[in-house]
Amino acid sequence: MYRYDAIDKEFLTDRSNEFRHQVGRRLAGELSEDQFKPLRLMNGLYLQLHAYMLRVCIPYGTLNVAQVRRLAWIARTYDKGYGHFTTRQNIQFHWVKLRDAPDILDALAEVDLHAIQTSGNCIRNTTSDPRAGATAEEIDDPRVWSEAIRQWSTLHPEFSYLPRKFKIAVTASAKDRTAARVHDIGLALRQGRDGTLGFEVMVGGGMGRTPFIGQTIKEFLPATRLLSYLEAVLRVYNRAGRRDNIYKARIKILVSSLGAEEFGRQVEEEWAQIDAARADLPDTELARIRAAFIQPGLEVLPAVSDSYEAARGANPALARFARNNVSAHKAPGYAIVDVSLKAHDATPGDANSDQLEAIADLAERFSLGDIRVTHEQNLVLPHVKQSDLPALFEGLVAVGLATPNINLVSDIIACPGLDYCALANARAIPVAQSIAQRFLDADRAELVGELKIKISGCINACGHHHVGHIGILGVDKKGEEYYQLTLGGSGAEDASIGKILGPGLNADQVAPAVDRLVEVYLAERQGEERFLDTYRRIGMTPFKEAVYVDAH
Amino acid sequence: MSTLIKYTANGATEIENSFVHVVDGEPVPQGADIIVSLGRIKAEGEALLASGVRVGVQIEPAEAVEDLAELLPRLALVAVAFPKFRDGRAYTSATLLRQRLGFNGEVRAVGDVLREQAYVMTRCGIDAFVPADGSSAAEWSRAAGHFRHVYQTAADGRTPAYAEPGRR
Repeated sequence: MYRYDAIDKEFLTDRSNEFRHQVGRRLAGELSEDQFKPLRLMNGLYLQLHAYMLRVCIPYGTLNVAQVRRLAWIARTYDKGYGHFTTRQNIQFHWVKLRDAPDILDALAEVDLHAIQTSGNCIRNTTSDPRAGATAEEIDDPRVWSEAIRQWSTLHPEFSYLPRKFKIAVTASAKDRTAARVHDIGLALRQGRDGTLGFEVMVGGGMGRTPFIGQTIKEFLPATRLLSYLEAVLRVYNRAGRRDNIYKARIKILVSSLGAEEFGRQVEEEWAQIDAARADLPDTELARIRAAFIQPGLEVLPAVSDSYEAARGANPALARFARNNVSAHKAPGYAIVDVSLKAHDATPGDANSDQLEAIADLAERFSLGDIRVTHEQNLVLPHVKQSDLPALFEGLVAVGLATPNINLVSDIIACPGLDYCALANARAIPVAQSIAQRFLDADRAELVGELKIKISGCINACGHHHVGHIGILGVDKKGEEYYQLTLGGSGAEDASIGKILGPGLNADQVAPAVDRLVEVYLAERQGEERFLDTYRRIGMTPFKEAVYVDAH
Repeated sequence: MSTLIKYTANGATEIENSFVHVVDGEPVPQGADIIVSLGRIKAEGEALLASGVRVGVQIEPAEAVEDLAELLPRLALVAVAFPKFRDGRAYTSATLLRQRLGFNGEVRAVGDVLREQAYVMTRCGIDAFVPADGSSAAEWSRAAGHFRHVYQTAADGRTPAYAEPGRR
């Protein structure tokens, strides 16, 4: 895990002091709200329906024990006792007071956390694979490159006032757990024929009201040239991206209007003029960052733990948890454990202070002190000995965090929606809960298998509905909440944008409609097909007929 | 006359602004140092530059600073315009003036120029400011020099964190 040295710590202190000064000027009336807004946004502070919301950055979704304990303390001290993990692997607190914000940033800085660039028209938190450093699937550790991007993008002077926000994801496995293709830039590590590392560079993906799948503009960028190439992409965008219309300002619109080929050509032309020696990271710095991610403390263990096998055989609940939430680790005898924040009666992505403290304790005992956040709003304990799994499971059960539903129908992404957000048209959380309630039968949920439902409370698509196998979009129709369903989206390596099923449904009709969609799938599926595969094979019609049968 | 803040390695100082902005279509005042538009310098460059006064050019966000490349050695300053402080295109213009076009003269920020932007402006090689918020040279100096460390190379040539001797 990357550890902040004196330089990183002094930087955070300076940032925190700067913001305290700015808040003071705002409270004294020296700054107008219009002038203050971009400053607070670049420190993660939003004004929402009921209060300020503070979004804390979790660089590429990695946390240590002290950081999780501090988040629990902040939730208890300054919020209503809980935090909400986001699809950018960040955490946000929804009930913050402006005057407390500088103190919270100080408390965060003490454990090397901050809220820099979690909002605003700048480069946001780089997201990465929550299994980085633990999975055997990866070509390289994506955290190395994510950390390089974190440093490069932090208060980048040329790219702090972009046309619009800018999101980068780094993935290193064939299985994409970062939604790289719906990012402004998606970086997929590749191995060249000569064994060298490189990136496939995808640009112009995104959601919102005009969703696009990112297009590849470079098949193989030598990895050591990453920062100069990013500089070229950002510079072309900063100059040519639209600034006259907030809804057309993302890079996806520029790429779409120029065409990916022409955009790529302009980037190449710009890149050729950049002095690599100035712009690219020296090998010594890359080596320093890489060394920080070498995982100490992994023991040499037998591939199979007899005590774990026996416990699994004796305890059906543990066996179910193992089937759904436990994955192979690259080291024999270890496992990667997904911790679901999607209990059927919970708000997707929420964790309360007691749960956060329990997670910190469990990570300290069982996961080498390492905790990850996923873009699907769950947590991961990446380095667990198989022999510790029964004890870890009991620890999770005790705080309501052992829900065995990873990737299943109730593992729903939902934005905060109209319960919190000033932009929302409709509520998202109660809809997620009604679907989870409908699929309480765990055997049936397992029978259905992987099914990604994603809910957004408005067209801004924070809940990623465009890439849900089933997407649900809340809309406002003459003051009433309606929900538009889409089918066939995916944010993974097989990325696609979902297509609209039919007329909008009211809130009570959504869960029954999902049920009918699932029944069609179960009746039609062949072999190992997932819901998404069956939809792609048989098309929209059977699903549509099942949901709207009463309307005929 | 508006305040002009000049920023050097030793900090910021207020100096007198001797330059007059000449609006397109208006006559050029005799004997005064002038700032003209990119269009005007392209059309009347030789005459203006031969008149014996110091000449600067103002670059608007949508204009390509590269168009000035050949004239730069003869210009006293380039003014980069911020019609709104949120419009960040001038940061690229300033960066390219310093890093690519090798311009060593004054790069002046004009328009919606606020002290909150002092840090990014100076890092992009902007070294003169006409503040729109009435901030003093001392305030500007504090804002620009607030961070002890920087994470990336930029036009100001500051040593990034990775090249600092204390990096661990």
